[in-house]
Amino acid sequence: MKSLLVMPIVLPLAAAALCYLAWPWRRVQRLVGLLGAIGLFAAGWALLAVVWTKGIQSVQIGGWPAPYGITLVADLLSALMVALTGSMGLAVMVFSLFSMDPGRESHGYYPLFHILLMGVSGAFLTGDIFNLYVWFEVLLIASFVLMSLGGERAQIEGGLKYVTLNLVSSALFLAAVGILYGEAGTLNMADLAVTLRGSGQTGLVDTLAMLFLVAFGIKAAIFPLFFWLPASYHTPPPAVSAIFAGLLTKVGVYALIRVFTMLFVGDTGYTHAWILWAAGLTMVVGILGAVVQEDVRRLLSFNIVSHIGYMIMGLGLFSPLGLAGSITYIVHHIIVITNLFLISGLILRLRGSYRLAGLGGLYAARPLLAFLFMIPALSLAGIPPLSGFFPKLALVKAGLEGGQYWLVAAALAVGLLTLYSVIKIWNEAFWKADPGTREGPLHEQTDAGTSGAPANRPLWGWFAPIGVLALVTVAIGLAAEPVFEVAARAAEQLLHPEGYIQAVLGGGT
Amino acid sequence: MEILLAFLIGGLYAAGFYLVLGRSIGKLIVGLVLLGQAANLLIFTAGGLTRAHPPIVPEGALEAQPPFADPIPQALILTAIVIGFGVLAFALVLVDRTFQRVGTYDTDDMTSTDA
Repeated sequence: MKSLLVMPIVLPLAAAALCYLAWPWRRVQRLVGLLGAIGLFAAGWALLAVVWTKGIQSVQIGGWPAPYGITLVADLLSALMVALTGSMGLAVMVFSLFSMDPGRESHGYYPLFHILLMGVSGAFLTGDIFNLYVWFEVLLIASFVLMSLGGERAQIEGGLKYVTLNLVSSALFLAAVGILYGEAGTLNMADLAVTLRGSGQTGLVDTLAMLFLVAFGIKAAIFPLFFWLPASYHTPPPAVSAIFAGLLTKVGVYALIRVFTMLFVGDTGYTHAWILWAAGLTMVVGILGAVVQEDVRRLLSFNIVSHIGYMIMGLGLFSPLGLAGSITYIVHHIIVITNLFLISGLILRLRGSYRLAGLGGLYAARPLLAFLFMIPALSLAGIPPLSGFFPKLALVKAGLEGGQYWLVAAALAVGLLTLYSVIKIWNEAFWKADPGTREGPLHEQTDAGTSGAPANRPLWGWFAPIGVLALVTVAIGLAAEPVFEVAARAAEQLLHPEGYIQAVLGGGT
Repeated sequence: MEILLAFLIGGLYAAGFYLVLGRSIGKLIVGLVLLGQAANLLIFTAGGLTRAHPPIVPEGALEAQPPFADPIPQALILTAIVIGFGVLAFALVLVDRTFQRVGTYDTDDMTSTDA
C-alpha cells in the first residue's frame, strides 16, 4: 500500500526522465509519454479505490516519523484529485499525440508534461506545508516552460504575466509558511491542525490565514487576483491550455480547501466570510468578462475564473453539503473545461482560428463535433441531467441553508450568463453560416499555438479524448449519486480531520 | 537584531513591490528576486534568532541544552534559495526572449494578450 502512495509521483518522474534520455527520438518520447500517462491514470484510480475501502493512507518518507519527516497522505479528496489528474493527463496526452507539432515535441514537450503531472500529484498528496510549496514550484516551473515553449509572441507575453504573478504568489506563500513555522513550530499539516486548534485563534493566525488566502487565491485565480489567467491561458497550444485549465487552478483551490478546513478554522466567522465575498465576486466578475469575449479560448478562460467562484463558495459556507458540493463541482469542472479546451483545439484545426467572427458553419460541416461541444457546454452552464447540475444544486441548497441569499442569487444568475456565453460560441462557431473568410490579420494578432499544428495526423485521435470526456460528463450526470457519495465522504473527512491527524501522527498504516 | 532585520525585510518588500509594479521587465526580475530574498529573511527571523549556539549535542549530554539555534528555518531557506535560483534562471531567459520577440522592455507595450 505504501508504494501505491508514492506511485503518482514516481511514475511521472520516471516517464520524464526516460523522455529526457530519449531526447533525439521523438517516437520513443511519444510512447513513453503515453505509457507514463496510462500508469498515472491506473495508479490514481487504484489509490482512490484503496482510500475508499481502507480509509486514509499515509506514508512517512525515509521512515522519519511525523512530524519530523515529510509525510504523504491520501484522504478521499487527495485521492480523488490524483485520480482526476491521471485521467486528464491521459486524455490530454492522447490529444497531444495527435495535435502537438513536431517542433515542440522535439523540444521537451513530453518530459515537461510529466513533470507538470508529477508536481500536481505531489501537491495533492503531501501532508507537509513546506513540501506543498516545493510541489507548487515543481509544477510552476514545468508550466512556465510549457507556456512559453514554442516562443511565439503571444506566448512570451502571456508567459511573462503568468510567471510574474505566480512568482509573487510563491513569495507570499513562502513568507506565510515561514511565519507559520515561527508561530507553531511545525510544518506537518496534521501537527499544525492540532497546534493551531489548541492555541485559540489569535490575530497573527488570522493574518496568516489572509496571507494564505492571497497566495493560494492568486494560483486559484479568485477575484481580484485572477488577471494573469485570461491574459495567458489562451496563448499556448490547445493541449497545453487544456491541461492548465483542467488542473492548475484546481491545485490552488485544493490548497485553499486544505488549509481552510485543517488549519484556519478557529475564526470562520471572519476568514470564511472573506472567502464567501471572494466567491461571489469571482463568479460575477468572471462571467461578465466571459460574455464580452470574441475569442473561443479567451471566453473559456474567463469561464474558468467564474467557476472557481462556485468551488470556493462551498468552502466559504463550510457546511458538509457545501463542501461536498464544492468537491463535486471540482470533479465536474475539471472534466468539462479540459474537454472544452480540447474542442477549441479541434476548432482551430478545422477552421484555423479561435476568433468567433471568423468561425461558422461547423454544425453543417461537423455535426458530431457540434454534438460533442454541446455536452460539456450545457454541462458547464448546469443544465440537468449533465454533470454540472447536481453540484450547483447542492451549493444552492447549502447556500440557502446558510442564509447566504445574495450569494445564491449570484450563483443562479451566473449560471444563466454561463449558458449565454456558451450559446454565444454555439451561435457564432457552429450555427451561423460559414463566413468563408479564412483568416487574415485577425489570425496573426491573437491566435498563438497554431504554427505547425500537424494537419496530417488523423482526426479520430482528436475526437477520441473529446468523445470519452463527453461520455464521462453524461455518465456523471446520470449517475450523480455515487459521485456525490464520494464527495460527501471526502467533505466529512475534511470537516472532521481527526482521522487525517490519526493517520499521520498515529504511526500511519 | 530582530528589529534591524524587520526593517531590512520591510525595506526589501517595499523595494521589491515597487520594482515589480514598474514598467521595465528588467527591473521586474530584480523586484521578484528581492521579494524572494525578503521571504527568506522573514523565515529566518520568524523562526527565531539564536546567536552563537549551534544545535549540537554537547559531548556527554543526551540532548542539546537550550538555547540553541533552530536548524529547520535554515533548511527551508536553503531549499527556497535553490528553487529561487532555478526560477530566476528561467525568468532571465524569458525576459531576454521577450525583448527579442516583442522588441521592448516596456510592459505597457505588451497588452496584446490582455482581456
